[in-house]
Amino acid sequence: MNLKQLGMALLAGVLFGLGLGLSQMVDRDRVLGFLDVAGTWDPTLLFVLGGAVGVTIISFRFVLRLSHPLLSPSFYLPTAQQVDLPLILGATLFGVGWGIGGYCPGPGIVALVLGIWNPLLFLGAFIVGSLMGKAVLGQLQGKT
Amino acid sequence: MVEFNWVTALLGGVLIGISATLLLAFNGRIAGISGMVNGAITFKPQETWRWVFLFGMVLGGGLYEYALAPQPTPLSSFVPGAMILGGLLVGIGTRIGTGCTSGHGVCGLGRLSPRSLMAVITFLSTAMVTVFVIRHVVAI
Repeated sequence: MNLKQLGMALLAGVLFGLGLGLSQMVDRDRVLGFLDVAGTWDPTLLFVLGGAVGVTIISFRFVLRLSHPLLSPSFYLPTAQQVDLPLILGATLFGVGWGIGGYCPGPGIVALVLGIWNPLLFLGAFIVGSLMGKAVLGQLQGKT
Repeated sequence: MVEFNWVTALLGGVLIGISATLLLAFNGRIAGISGMVNGAITFKPQETWRWVFLFGMVLGGGLYEYALAPQPTPLSSFVPGAMILGGLLVGIGTRIGTGCTSGHGVCGLGRLSPRSLMAVITFLSTAMVTVFVIRHVVAI
C-alpha cells in the first residue's frame, strides 16, 4: 500500500463522510422515518441511495473496463455469485438490527462526531456481532 | 424533525457515489463499510488503508457538522438497549451476508450484482417490517 493509495483512501473516506453528513443519514430518527412506511414517511434515504447508485451504476461501467485500477495492479471484487442461504439469512438479520437501532455501519461511524453515546454503543456491539458472525461462518465452513 | 430536503439528500448520495467510484477506479477497492471495519479490525499491516478511509469518514462527517451544516444535526434520545441489540444483529448479519447498505447497496447495485440486489431487497424489507412491528404492533 503506497502513499498515493493511502491518500486516495483518505479522500474517498472524507467524501463518504461528507455525503452521509450532508444527507442527514447520521440522524437515526430520519433513517427510522424512512423505514417507517406506515408512519409519517421520510423519503430522504431513497434520494441518498438513488443519488449514490445513480452515480455508481454509470461510473462503474467505465471503471470496470479498465485493465487495472489507476493506482493498483488489480481489482479486488467479491467472487461469490450465487444467491445462497447465508446471504439471505445475513441480510435478514442485518435488516432487523437496522430497524431496531436505526444505524447501518456507515452512518453509525460518522455519527461518532455528534459526541453522543448511541453510535459508540452501536459500534461496540457491531464489532462483537461481526466477530460472532465470523466464528459462525468458520464453524459452517469447517463442517462442509 | 427538520423538513425533508431532497436536494441535500440527492447531493449527499452523489458524494457517496463519487467516493465509491474513486476508491474503485484508483485503488480497485469496494467502498463497503462493514467490510471496511471487518478488515480494519484484523490490524494487519496491509489493511492500514481501511483505517485511513474510516478516519477520513469521521473527518468528512465532522467537517460537515461543525463547519458546513446550516444547523446542527438533531440528537436522538439515548437508547442503549436498541443500540446493543441493533449493533449485534447488524454485526452478525453483515458478516454472514457479506455486506451492508454501502457494499451491497451503493457498490453492489452499481456492479449490477444479482446477489447484492437480493440482499438489498431483503434487508430493506426486514428493516421496514421490524420498524412496523416496533412502532405500530408492539407500539413502544
